[in-house]
Amino acid sequence: MSSAQPVTVANFEAEVLKSTTPVLVDFWAEWCGPCRAVGPIVDEIATEHAGKIKVVKLNTDEEAAIAMKYGITSIPTLNVFVNGEVVKTIIGAKPKPALLKELAAYL
Amino acid sequence: MSEIHNLVIVGSGPAGYTAAIYAARAQLSPIVYEGSVTAGGALMNTTEVENFPGFPDGVMGPDLMDNLRKQAEKFGAKLITDDIVEMKLDGEVKTLIDGSGNTLKAKAVILATGSAYKEIGLENEKRLSGRGVSWCATCDGFFFREKEVAVVGGGDSAIEEANFLTRFATKVTLIHRRDTLRASKIMADRAMANPKIEFLWNTEVIDVLGDANMSGLALKNTVDGTLSQRNFDGLFVAIGHVPRSELLGGQIDLDSEGYVKVEGRSTRTNQVGVFACGDLVDHTYRQAITAAGSGCQAALDAERFLAGH
Repeated sequence: MSSAQPVTVANFEAEVLKSTTPVLVDFWAEWCGPCRAVGPIVDEIATEHAGKIKVVKLNTDEEAAIAMKYGITSIPTLNVFVNGEVVKTIIGAKPKPALLKELAAYL
Repeated sequence: MSEIHNLVIVGSGPAGYTAAIYAARAQLSPIVYEGSVTAGGALMNTTEVENFPGFPDGVMGPDLMDNLRKQAEKFGAKLITDDIVEMKLDGEVKTLIDGSGNTLKAKAVILATGSAYKEIGLENEKRLSGRGVSWCATCDGFFFREKEVAVVGGGDSAIEEANFLTRFATKVTLIHRRDTLRASKIMADRAMANPKIEFLWNTEVIDVLGDANMSGLALKNTVDGTLSQRNFDGLFVAIGHVPRSELLGGQIDLDSEGYVKVEGRSTRTNQVGVFACGDLVDHTYRQAITAAGSGCQAALDAERFLAGH
């Protein structure tokens, strides 16, 4: 369990909604340039903060229903879930120091 | 004592990578800070580029950047996927600090940080960003399948976004504050011929409406001042760019719009050994090929400067 693992409709509830630790969900897609740019940064956060926050990736092409349910209209979107609720939304690719600052409360 | 590099190039995109290709071939071992999330620059968010010479069948923006990147790397440019967050550009040795806290020293610096999307400047535009308001049709168009969206702007980017969005949206309304387009004729003709695109001329967006998600726009006719509201599921803002020169203030002379001032037809800035190229200096042409051309100039100017020192 180093870098961010993919989630699908099959395990979204177990991995995200019922998680006992905060979960950072990276909504992304293959064809989105900024998503590919921020992907490695999200992986680094997953590795460096393992145990405090769980980091997963949701492919909005393959899991369109979940993306729609959470009202995603721009990617990348990073949502933090605590006890099944979205508590933080970060929209757009941002440099690592900026992301860490926004996520500080959960790390 | 840390090593003093010949040349650091700040920014990627056509200008930064072309500067890197030339500087690397001149054996200057340039270090390129590509940007942690902006590597490749504005073309990374485009699809097909039809006007870059040498590609008769067009080329995808990200592929073109990937090729330039590889070409720079092949000749020995060192590419770093991080940002420069602080610069001290006066004196003989320039000091740069990156996003990971490393300090670099260099005899010459090429600035190629490009431009960022310009915002309309409305409070609700910011609030509803990612909730219907977007700056990247290629990223977000997919989420507007079977929906009605608006594009604001009148240049090539606005037209390209409008055309692209017709793949997903049922209808695209192009809102422009004048009654003619600034876009190139071939792009404009294509949009005019697209049955899914409606034009709303002489119209300004004065507010973005909606609670949790965007639901519409408040509009004002720029000729007679008529106010109106229309329902839209999304708004794509393509009203131009602003130079990314915020790190340079106080050290590098900028013009009133924030573009870096250069000496005559050169790329020399007011600081000796600091050169600027690409969208950062160009209000006029702003093309991939002109950015690449000015990147080449910057590398040649830097090479001559280093030879004399």
